[in-house]
Amino acid sequence: MAKASKTSTTKGKAAPARAKAKPAVSNEDPNFALRSLQDALDKKKRYTASEEQLLHFYKQMLLIRRFEEKAGQLYGLGLIGGFCHLYIGQEAVAIGLQSALDSDVDSVITGYRDHGHMLAYGIDPNVIMAELTGRAAGISQGKGGSMHMFSTEHKFYGGHGIVGAQVSLGGGLAFAHQYNEDGGLCLAYFGDGAANQGQVYETMNMAALWKLPIVFVVENNQYAMGTAVSRSSAETEFYRRGTAFRIPGMKVNGMDVLEVRQAAEIAFKYVREGNGPVLMECNTYRYRGHSMSDPAKYRTREEVQGQREKNDPIERLKKELGSAGYDEDKLKEIDKGIRATVADAADFAESSPEPEPGELYTDVLVEEY
Amino acid sequence: MAIELKMPALSPTMEEGTLAKWLVKEGDTVAAGDVLAEIETDKATMEFESIDEGTVGKILVEEGAEEVKVGTVIAILAGEGEDVSAVSAPAAAEEAAPPAQAPAPEATQNAAAPAAKERADDPEIPAGTNMVKLTLREALRDGMAEEMRRDERVFVMGEEVAEYQGAYKVTQGLLDEFGPKRVIDTPITEYGFAGIGTGAAMGGLRPIVEFMTFNFAMQAIDHIINSAAKTNYMSGGQMRCPIVFRGPNGAASRVGAQHSQNYGPWYASVPGLIVIAPYDAQDAKGLLKAAIRTEDPVVFLENELIYGTSFEVAQLDDHVLPIGKARIMREGSDVTIVSYSIAVGIALEAADELAGQGIDAEVLDLRTLRPLDREAVLTSLAKTNRVVIAEEGWPTCSIASEVIAICMEEGFDHLDAPVLRVCNEDVPLPYAANLEKLALIDKERVVAACRKVCYAD
Repeated sequence: MAKASKTSTTKGKAAPARAKAKPAVSNEDPNFALRSLQDALDKKKRYTASEEQLLHFYKQMLLIRRFEEKAGQLYGLGLIGGFCHLYIGQEAVAIGLQSALDSDVDSVITGYRDHGHMLAYGIDPNVIMAELTGRAAGISQGKGGSMHMFSTEHKFYGGHGIVGAQVSLGGGLAFAHQYNEDGGLCLAYFGDGAANQGQVYETMNMAALWKLPIVFVVENNQYAMGTAVSRSSAETEFYRRGTAFRIPGMKVNGMDVLEVRQAAEIAFKYVREGNGPVLMECNTYRYRGHSMSDPAKYRTREEVQGQREKNDPIERLKKELGSAGYDEDKLKEIDKGIRATVADAADFAESSPEPEPGELYTDVLVEEY
Repeated sequence: MAIELKMPALSPTMEEGTLAKWLVKEGDTVAAGDVLAEIETDKATMEFESIDEGTVGKILVEEGAEEVKVGTVIAILAGEGEDVSAVSAPAAAEEAAPPAQAPAPEATQNAAAPAAKERADDPEIPAGTNMVKLTLREALRDGMAEEMRRDERVFVMGEEVAEYQGAYKVTQGLLDEFGPKRVIDTPITEYGFAGIGTGAAMGGLRPIVEFMTFNFAMQAIDHIINSAAKTNYMSGGQMRCPIVFRGPNGAASRVGAQHSQNYGPWYASVPGLIVIAPYDAQDAKGLLKAAIRTEDPVVFLENELIYGTSFEVAQLDDHVLPIGKARIMREGSDVTIVSYSIAVGIALEAADELAGQGIDAEVLDLRTLRPLDREAVLTSLAKTNRVVIAEEGWPTCSIASEVIAICMEEGFDHLDAPVLRVCNEDVPLPYAANLEKLALIDKERVVAACRKVCYAD
């Protein structure tokens, strides 16, 4: 019964392995299994990108940065309500990972800090910003808001407001990939805060048991709201937390888009070969507060400034482009273009109408009874 | 002293069983722990062990005997030094000893489930359709199996649903027919697998998530409500979540407060969910099929105490019932008893008793709790002018409360008496048999309430 499924699966497909899971006890060196992907990353830390790719990453990260700055501004003006969690500082994570996906089949799910992941898909900034302002033209027709945005067209499944819930849901998306044998994987993001939710580990257990095609990504931005990881977590090296389920871990510099992309290449290959899940910790930093209403008094101004000056993912890539001989003026042009795009999105979001009152009652249920 | 061996109760709800096989014969010497016989319940075959030593004297119930009541003396064991041949059946042995506890509702409902006189809005059952007797659990299983044959995307997951054949045997046989890809044993991890099921539904599959009981779904309620029920709305209609969460709900028998609760009112308060709580086997099957097919997330509340009850079920290829439609189980003109799930059986018994007292009660089974069939309630109210709600659950913020509000808001002019609710007592369910009985809704209380609204006393 206990046939190893690693070699017997169709290449590129994660076939169902539930009934034929490997026995839990094995003679192999556990450290090797758990560290094998890390070792592969350590051998080659950074992805070799073409100039075109570098430029694309740069544009996308800059779009997220400028978009989020604008969102912060609109929030201050009262145009965006409720909770609004900005992704500034963390851009390299979404871009590095999602640029490596097979957009035809793979799915993505995340928590409430979700604007960046949507922009990483190339979704129109207008409809994202219009959702933030609660307008009918918003991607959720104004009924979801900042934390609840989805694009089934892009296989982006949200945008979830309950901390950690997206991890189990992501397990379900991975289950569907396996069930349908579509060769896809699910990329499930969560934060260092969500990493302490029980259901994350319930999901890891089942994902490993059933060899689900899922990459768990901890976006460790160092603070769960106002609580530093060292104050909330007994094990602060999150990539180790899959050990109990024999899930290999990877520790990645989430401030370097090329390292994230390289890690994605390694992890996705492993998962697509039917080996089951990977746990990837991307160490990153959010420059802003947890949400717009957070003054971030739990850390020093110097700490934030230090990250901005020494570690900024966009500046890093800008330098990279510069040393590749890319013209400074051209980069300025790019910035100008992105600022214009974001300004247009803000105008659109501000000027487009609110949902019709009748929309209050639509989409509660799909069918009529 | 000869020892009487009695038909054992092998589950909290077992009242009778089949003595499948004797593994000893008269004259055999047995020690404590020896298996004496195999006994079949409606769920499983169990081994009956001796707890004493001695010699098998007389076997009083032959193997193969069916419907042997719990407590019936099935054999006599002679103690050390006793003359086996002299040991004979005591006079009382032929009769079933009365069970120590109050009879479970299962037994009484077996007798009292009359066929419906009218099936409002249900698809016609063609004249001459063959009717078969099916237990509720068989009907549920058949409903799932039919939908699994019809749609490859449908799968079942939960604790013990596959190899164990279901904790309550509702998924019996599904693993054999559909294999481990589609009938999936999960670890004991409700929050996790409810989330995985919900995510799989979002990803395009049609999961049936079984909770061993809905008490355990408390661990998973976040996904039922925050993930499954709300996402379609929050996404402006983009995200679908066609999932069925099903399992036994409500008080079982003597399992104490943590395992005895009716979650109907909880889930029925949530927009975005469909909540179904059927009573009989035909409705359970037809509504479960509808639940699996609908694009909306469904909470499907079954009742353990009636899993083993047999009902008439039409033998039709594909009988799907409408969600959101109540059913008149018994027509009447003096008072309407609105009910759902197990309490429908109690309501029907009460109606029978009331008939003997000159009160003609109508019994309405809501079947779906959300969306609730207001029209059916109000139509019946307009006809009888009196309403009593019979609900196996707490009274506060209950389905009964909701029905009362509907009657007040929209049926006030038709009311000849205040609407009364008959529910469980407003306490956690106690373990002691007498206290449990006092806490639960019963026929007498329903009869009394009906008499009250009819000003019969």
